[in-house]
Amino acid sequence: MLKDLVTPENANVFIGKLGDILEKAIDKPLGYAINWGRIWSLWPVHIETACCSVEFGAASSPRYDVERFGIIEAFGSLRQCDLIVVQGTITRKMAPRLRLVYDQMPEPKYVIAMGACAITGGLYFDSYNVLPGIDGVLPVDVYVPGCPPRPETLIQGCILLQEKIKRMKARKFV
Amino acid sequence: MSTDTKQVTADEKPAAKPAAKPAAKPAAKPVELPAFEKSISDKVVEKFGDKIEVEFVKENRVGIKVSRDDVHDVAEFIRDGLNYDHVESVSGVDYPQDKEIEVVYHIGSYSDSSLAKQILVLATRAQREDNPIPGKDATKLPSLRDIFYSVEFHEREVFEMFGVYFTGHPDNRRLLLPEDWADLPPLRKDFAIKGR
Amino acid sequence: MTAELPPGLAIQKVDERIMTLNVGPQHPGSGHMRIIVQIDGDYIVACDPDPGYVHRGEEKMAEYRNYITNIPHLERPVIHDSCNVLYPYVLGVEELLGIEVPERAKYVRVICSELNRCIYTMYWLAIYGIFLGHSTMFMWPAGDRELLIDLMEKISGARVTHAHFVPGGVRNDLPPNFEEVCLRQVNYFEKRIKEYAAVFYDNPILISRTQDTGVLSREDAIRLGTTGSVLRASGVDYDLRQKEPYDVYEELDVHSNVMKEGDSYARSKVPWLDMMESCNIIRQALQKMPKSGSVRVKLKPNPKGKGLDSVYKRVESGRGSLGCHIVSDGKVEPYRLKMSVGSFRNLIALPYLLKGEKLGNMPSVYWSLNYWPVEADR
Repeated sequence: MLKDLVTPENANVFIGKLGDILEKAIDKPLGYAINWGRIWSLWPVHIETACCSVEFGAASSPRYDVERFGIIEAFGSLRQCDLIVVQGTITRKMAPRLRLVYDQMPEPKYVIAMGACAITGGLYFDSYNVLPGIDGVLPVDVYVPGCPPRPETLIQGCILLQEKIKRMKARKFV
Repeated sequence: MSTDTKQVTADEKPAAKPAAKPAAKPAAKPVELPAFEKSISDKVVEKFGDKIEVEFVKENRVGIKVSRDDVHDVAEFIRDGLNYDHVESVSGVDYPQDKEIEVVYHIGSYSDSSLAKQILVLATRAQREDNPIPGKDATKLPSLRDIFYSVEFHEREVFEMFGVYFTGHPDNRRLLLPEDWADLPPLRKDFAIKGR
Repeated sequence: MTAELPPGLAIQKVDERIMTLNVGPQHPGSGHMRIIVQIDGDYIVACDPDPGYVHRGEEKMAEYRNYITNIPHLERPVIHDSCNVLYPYVLGVEELLGIEVPERAKYVRVICSELNRCIYTMYWLAIYGIFLGHSTMFMWPAGDRELLIDLMEKISGARVTHAHFVPGGVRNDLPPNFEEVCLRQVNYFEKRIKEYAAVFYDNPILISRTQDTGVLSREDAIRLGTTGSVLRASGVDYDLRQKEPYDVYEELDVHSNVMKEGDSYARSKVPWLDMMESCNIIRQALQKMPKSGSVRVKLKPNPKGKGLDSVYKRVESGRGSLGCHIVSDGKVEPYRLKMSVGSFRNLIALPYLLKGEKLGNMPSVYWSLNYWPVEADR
């Protein structure tokens, strides 16, 4: 029966269909596995942009110990990172560098905007050298408000990002 | 700052709290100037006479005003004759109504322990252009970098923030602003923040 | 081509042997700045610091806000030392407006300022540790500074940005039972930081990495106009809390720590000694503080300066002398505000110190300058 169905003319279509079925069957568990891997290895780029880096540093201190969530791990190279935490004000001098750093990171990559300055410009909304938020530079996944945010807030932001990644499609080409 | 000599009331007891002491009622009675600070300003006046103008003598602060032609000589005397040895801060103040930009050097001393409290405020004024081309217009002052090495970065900052070019400065490059800054020098009064 | 370029953008020609290396702004050993180093093999022949990545125009913004609304944004340059960075501004405004501060407020200020100095220095020490690859020295100070942050949180309600000092005193009185808690925490804190000697300052690896690197002689420290721990590590006994005591520092017994060597090791040790001194000062201040009384003079809304006037006030912050030059023209806003900050003044020593050093010594020399880039850029 199968022999009748598959002719040299429609073999490609049939194999394609078979691939689709296979994909549907394993995509969910596979995607889940991939996402599971991603959410426990959110490693940030070591780029400080302003004063929120103080609270970012405090988040890895023994009291808050953000590493117990498997996020914000010790810093590696920019090419091995998949998270960029924008720690505060982005000035006009820093913005091109920030974009350069982001462009060099491998996919998939996530952005957390930490602090009021990174969200809207914050206290420096009328300064001549400060961008009003980083939305124009990077696509932001999670906003962490505060000036500066407490370490708990940063941790919550990271957990929100994990939740978000869980629901994301793991593979974009499907 | 107006041109007349302003003598702000100061504290008579030098040992009393120096900070947060309100000035007594202005003018009215003749004010007794702190003696040590007066002696410093007298030394400068003795040397340069009419070329300088004593702006104020307060407790621990002596303010001297010089024209831009004499600022180099006066600074040299301050270092060699008065034992001041470093510049703490160089701030520019823009006075558009006078068409001048004032550059204020706050000079202190580490090596002379009697001067540890003292700050000598040396002010000089540069001509101000309405359409500045930083580095190429008449807004120029002699650099004090060969006298006080510590002004190097401060003068670079004043150059980019006010457009005051310091002739004789070895390294008049941009310091804090972005490389592509093409607007007015930002701390001038005619550079307005948007929406304010 | 070169003639057309403005004076700030001239292109430099370098030798073929020399390699130019950009360190930062994305680099674990640079912070928020770029250091352009030229190296010949492993040795640095020239270094050109390029700050300004956090230049937020605080001084321009201050001209648009009145004396009170300037407070929150002026403490942002050093949020973990926010009391000290606000101190000269507040002192200057008080002199401009002619305000007398209550005695108790002065003591509260001294306590807050010393607590903040410790908080700042602990953060600096943590980063210095991680710069040198000493992970324990990141964890210990980062954990112990939370003790003092708790104290400041009790006083002001905020973890780091307190905005506690206002012209005329401090915002709030101390919470009830504060003296006891403070004394206990500070005593414990002092015991803890004494333990750092065993793991860090007497560690042979640290000593071999920092001793005799980046030596700044006494004459050069004076000539370059450095300040704070950099100056005191080079043998100049200059601490503004002693030399030009503000508020109640002259009633307290302040001892300044001086080391003669002038190398990275001395520069990293002086702030640590300063922290013990701070603990001492806090204990004295707690003892001498009036037990009750007002902590704040009520100001009129929108206070104004008295005509054309200028003040220059300075305090000893965690990074050295911090001066504030305020020019007032009788309006509700300052006419001009200039902050002369310790980091910016110490930065001039960096090209000087790095010349002839090995590239590997760059982080230890750079961070020993007690440099906080956000403050330097303002």
